[in-house]
Amino acid sequence: MTFSKELTKGFIKDNPIFILVLGLCPTLAVTTSVMNGLGMGFAATFVLLCSNIIVSMIKGITPSKIRIPVYIVVIASFVTIVDMVMGAYLPGLHKSLGLFIPLIVVNCIILGRAEAFASRNNVIMSIADAIGMGLGFTLSLVVIATVREILGAGTWLGFRVTPLTYDPMLIAILAPGAFITLGFFDGPDQYG
Amino acid sequence: MGYIGEIFVMAMTAIFIQNFVLARFLGLCPYLGVSKKLDSAMGMGMAVIFVMTLASAITFLINKYLLMPNELMYLQTIAFILTIASLVQFVEMVIQKNAPALYKSLGVFLPLITTNCAVLGVAILNTGALRSDGVTAYNFLDSVLNGFFSGVGFTVVLLAMAGLRMRMEMVELPRSMKGMPIALILAGIMALAFYGFMGFKI
Repeated sequence: MTFSKELTKGFIKDNPIFILVLGLCPTLAVTTSVMNGLGMGFAATFVLLCSNIIVSMIKGITPSKIRIPVYIVVIASFVTIVDMVMGAYLPGLHKSLGLFIPLIVVNCIILGRAEAFASRNNVIMSIADAIGMGLGFTLSLVVIATVREILGAGTWLGFRVTPLTYDPMLIAILAPGAFITLGFFDGPDQYG
Repeated sequence: MGYIGEIFVMAMTAIFIQNFVLARFLGLCPYLGVSKKLDSAMGMGMAVIFVMTLASAITFLINKYLLMPNELMYLQTIAFILTIASLVQFVEMVIQKNAPALYKSLGVFLPLITTNCAVLGVAILNTGALRSDGVTAYNFLDSVLNGFFSGVGFTVVLLAMAGLRMRMEMVELPRSMKGMPIALILAGIMALAFYGFMGFKI
């Protein structure tokens, strides 16, 4: 187990969305545009990084019976920080992500990494794991959001990329489009 | 419109128009994870209705009498998730001791509910929700009913999904679509059907 291996596994091999199918609620809800996907991805990566560091630091002194509530408090504290900072400096993004910022607390990826990785490994490895998984999550969000934003609005990161004659398929940025897009992205995994 | 009408609007909104799973994207993990068999979907649905109703009641009281008077609103996320986690643990212990039969059917689902974002979602949504007149904030009874109906909405689509997936088992599918991909596409088609309810004016 090496540092670089932990760092890169989140992109393809253990991709949290396409392979492990975790954290679906924010994935489907915020990928209506690439900007929202990036914002949610970085917010979750920050929380994941901080919570992994703290959880792996306190792993020796946490009683195993109450470890889940302890992890949840750690995660919730960082989510509150992200919530307040984003509300102050990026009010537009904060508004469009809305309810899904406090809901980072119950994102299964973050609690899952705390339980499955950070509570068993040292701080350095946990940092690598958090960065890898977080960026893998962000990348997946951007990939899904790219498809949905181009099909549904004809833009990418707000810039028009399709000819003006293209009539956007509104369904792609509505709820059904989210499910169907992710369904097609999940297909290749069945051969893995 | 009387209070009965208000309740009706709330129920229709929570179950059909703004369905928790298909329109708001809350509680997707259990929706896709526990919808392979009809009886486990039923167990999960009942457990979610129960916990969402209780959680709405308790988080409303905490918000109104603990957080708001002391201006601790920024602690809302931490306070709510801790309440829900301990509530789920408590419910699990009570059921295990007093109703072993119920524990057998609901028990395995209860720990999963702590990280079900629908429960935290309804608690947070209740704090900012308004009645259909657009002015009055939810009172205690409104919040409890909203929690209950949202749970019912979750259960309705969970059961529908379980029924569909049991039929999908018998269908010849291309290998790339087996399992999760076809479940997601089914969910997409179901969401499309639920969009039909959005035009309702009540």
